[in-house]
Amino acid sequence: MAVMVRQPPAQRRMHLAWSDPRFRSLLWQILIVGLVVAIGWYLAANTARNLAARHIATGFAFLGRTAGIPIGESLLPYDPDVDTYGRALLVGVVNTLRVALVGIVLATILGTVIGICRLSANWLLSHLAAAYVELMRDIPVLLQLLFWYLLLQNLPAARQALHLGNLLFLSNRGIRFALLEWHPAYGWMAAMFVVGLVLSMAWNRIAHWRQDMTGTKPPVWPVALALLVAAPLVVWEVFGAPFVPDYPALRGFNFEGGGAVSPEYGALLAGLVIYTAANIAEIVRAGIQAVPFGQAEAAQALGLHRGLVLRLVTLPQALRLIIPPLTSDFLNLTKNSSLAVAIGYQDIVSVADTTLNQTGQAIEGIAMIMAVYLTISLSISAFMNWYNAHIALVER
Amino acid sequence: MRPASPLDGAAGVPLLPGTRRPLPSAALGPVGWLRANLFSTGWSSAVSILLLYLMARWAVAFLDWSVVDAVWQVPAGPNGPDTAPCRQPGVGACWAVISDKYRLILFGRYPYFSQWRPAIVTVLFVGLYAISACRRFWRWELALIWAATLGVCGVLMWGGVLGLDFVPQDEWGGLPITLMLATFGLAAAFPLAILVALGRRAWEMPAVRMLSVIYVELIRGVPLISLLFMASVMFPLFMPVGLNPDKLLRAQVAFILFAGAYLAEVVRGGLQALPKGQYEAADALGLTYWKTMGLVILPQALRMVIPPLVNNFCSFFRDTSLVLIIGIFDLLTSGKVAMTDPHWQGFGTEIYLMMAVIYFAFCFAMSKYSRGLEREFGHANTR
Repeated sequence: MAVMVRQPPAQRRMHLAWSDPRFRSLLWQILIVGLVVAIGWYLAANTARNLAARHIATGFAFLGRTAGIPIGESLLPYDPDVDTYGRALLVGVVNTLRVALVGIVLATILGTVIGICRLSANWLLSHLAAAYVELMRDIPVLLQLLFWYLLLQNLPAARQALHLGNLLFLSNRGIRFALLEWHPAYGWMAAMFVVGLVLSMAWNRIAHWRQDMTGTKPPVWPVALALLVAAPLVVWEVFGAPFVPDYPALRGFNFEGGGAVSPEYGALLAGLVIYTAANIAEIVRAGIQAVPFGQAEAAQALGLHRGLVLRLVTLPQALRLIIPPLTSDFLNLTKNSSLAVAIGYQDIVSVADTTLNQTGQAIEGIAMIMAVYLTISLSISAFMNWYNAHIALVER
Repeated sequence: MRPASPLDGAAGVPLLPGTRRPLPSAALGPVGWLRANLFSTGWSSAVSILLLYLMARWAVAFLDWSVVDAVWQVPAGPNGPDTAPCRQPGVGACWAVISDKYRLILFGRYPYFSQWRPAIVTVLFVGLYAISACRRFWRWELALIWAATLGVCGVLMWGGVLGLDFVPQDEWGGLPITLMLATFGLAAAFPLAILVALGRRAWEMPAVRMLSVIYVELIRGVPLISLLFMASVMFPLFMPVGLNPDKLLRAQVAFILFAGAYLAEVVRGGLQALPKGQYEAADALGLTYWKTMGLVILPQALRMVIPPLVNNFCSFFRDTSLVLIIGIFDLLTSGKVAMTDPHWQGFGTEIYLMMAVIYFAFCFAMSKYSRGLEREFGHANTR
C-alpha cells in the first residue's frame, strides 16, 4: 500500500534569537511557569505567616485524636467517644460511596426508562417524559434536595405513620420496611445465584457456538431460569426453607426492627436520582436517535423482531455514543452528593467540615475532601474508559 | 376483468402514477390524530388511558391545593401576621406567606426603603441578557454595553454617590446576588477559559500544556462545594496579614475558577472541531500566533460552541445556589431565612415552589434559546 508518511522535520540547533519559534516558545514557557511558581510561592509564604500568627500547627497528627463527632448513620462500627478523626472521616467516605453508588444505579435505570419513553410513539408519554426532563434540569439540585428533605420531615410522626400494612412505614423518622431475619441459608442462596449466573453465561456462549456450527440454537432462557431461580430455591429448601419476616414495630416514639432509611439519606438519594435521571434521559435519547434509521430498517428487513432490533442493532451502536457523556453524569452525581452537608447527611464533606471547624486544620481538611473526590472521579472514569474501550467499534 | 389493485381510484379507474388516493376520513382531523398518537396499538391505548387518568387525578388534586383551597391573604394581628386561617384543617397552599415575604426573598436584608435599587439592578441584568441574546448586537460594542451596565449596577447597589445612601456589601441579598455571581463569574471566567483552552492545545509548549491540564482536571474532579469551602476558610490564610477580602468576593473568585475550567473544555471542543486547514492557511499567510487565533480560529471556534456555552451558563446560574452552604445571602438563602420566621413556620413548600419557579424561568429561557441557536447553526451547516 502506498501510504505517505510525513517525515518529521530534521532537528536543528535552536538559535538564541527572537525569530526562532522554538526559542520564543521556550522563553514563554519559562515566563509562564515562573509566574505560576511565584504566585504559588507568595501564597504559601502568606499562609505560613498566617498559620504562625494563629498558632496552628500543620500536619495530619490530628487524625489520631479522639473525634467526638456524633454521626447518625454509619455502616462501620463507630463510637464518637472512643474513635478518632481518622475513623470519623473514613465513615464519611463510606457514607459518600453509599449514596453515590446506589444513586448511580437508580439514576441509570430511571434515566434509561424516561429516555426511552421520550422516544415513544405515544404522544402523551413522550411529552410527559420531555416535561419531566425540562422541569428537573432547570431547577437547582440543591433546591430539589431541600424540598424533598422538607417533604420527608413534614410526614406525620411515627405514631400516625403512613403505612402499607405492616410492610412499609413512612414517618418523619424516615422510612421503615419489613425485612427477612438473616439466616445463613440466604448467603448460600446468593452464592448459588452467582454460580448460576456464571454457568448461564457459559451456556449462552456454548449455545452461540452450537448455532454457529449447526445452525440451530439450543434453548438459553429455560436453562438460565433454572440456574438463576430454581437452583437457589433448591438450596433454600435444603436448609429447611427458613422464612422469618422482621416487621418494624412502634416502640415509644420510634420504630424498631426491619430495615430503615433515614430522612436525610432518603432525601439526598431522591434528589440526586431524580435530577441526574433527567440528564441521563437526554443522553439516552440523543444516543438512540443518533443511530441512523436505516440500521433498524435493515435489521427489520432481515426478519428480526422489534426486541431483537433494539438489542442487537440499535442499542450496541447507541451505547458507544452514550457511554462518554454518561461517565460525566456519574461523576456529577458523585460530586453533587457533597450537597449532603446542606441537609445534614454526614458524608465526607460534612464530617471534614466539622473536623476543620473543631481542629482549625483548614488546609488538611480541604485537601482530604479534594483527595477523596479526585480518587473517586479517577476510579469512575478509569472504569468507564475501560468499559468504553471494551464496547468500542473494532476497526481494521 | 382486471383484479382490483390498491392503486385504483374510487371508481375503479386506475390512478395515474404520482397521484395519491385521498386519506380515509378516520386518519384525518382530531380523531385521526388521536388514533395515530394515543391509540395506535393496544398497548399504546392502555398507556394513554392510564396516564390520562393519573394526570386528571393529580391535576385536580394540585388545583385544589394550589388554587381552590389556597389562602391568599391573612389579616394582620397585633404582633405580626395572624396565620390561623392557613392552619385550619382542609386548607391548601398558603400563598399569604409569599405576599408577606416576597421582598425578603427577592432582596434579602437590603434596606427596605431602598429596595427599588436592587429591583432596577435585576431588571438591568435581565435586559443585558436579552440584548446579548440578539445576534444583531454580537459585535465588540457589546463589551462596552456590558461594562457600562455592570458599572451602573455597582453604583446602584453600593450607592454612596448621587445622593444614594451607602449600602455595605453584607446587607445585599436575594436575586441580585444570584445574578451577580452568575454574570460576573461568567464575564471573568470566559477570558480565562479561552487562555486555558489555548494553553491546553499548545503542543509546542509542554510546560504550559501541563499547567492547563492540571488546572482543568483538578477543578473538574472536585465538587464546587470544596472550592467554596476553600474560599471561605482557606483564602483568608493565603492573603497577606491584615488583608481580609469580603466573603462575597472570595466566593466569586472560587466561582470564576470553577466556571473557567468547565468553559475551557467547551472552548477546547470548538478548537478541536475546526479543520486543520484553517490553522495551516493562517500560518501560510504569515499571521502571528495571536493574529491567527484572534482573526481566524477563535471567531469560528467560539461561534460553534455558543449553544453549549449557553447551556453551561444555565448550569452555573443554578450552581450559584450552592453558596447557601457557606452562608452567602443569595436567592435560596434568603428563602431559607424567610422560612425561619416564627409566624410562618411550616410553609416552606410554598416558598420553595416560588424559588423553583424563578430559577426555572431563567433556565428555561436560556435552554430554549440555546436549542433555537443549535437548530439555526445546524441549518447553516447543512445548507
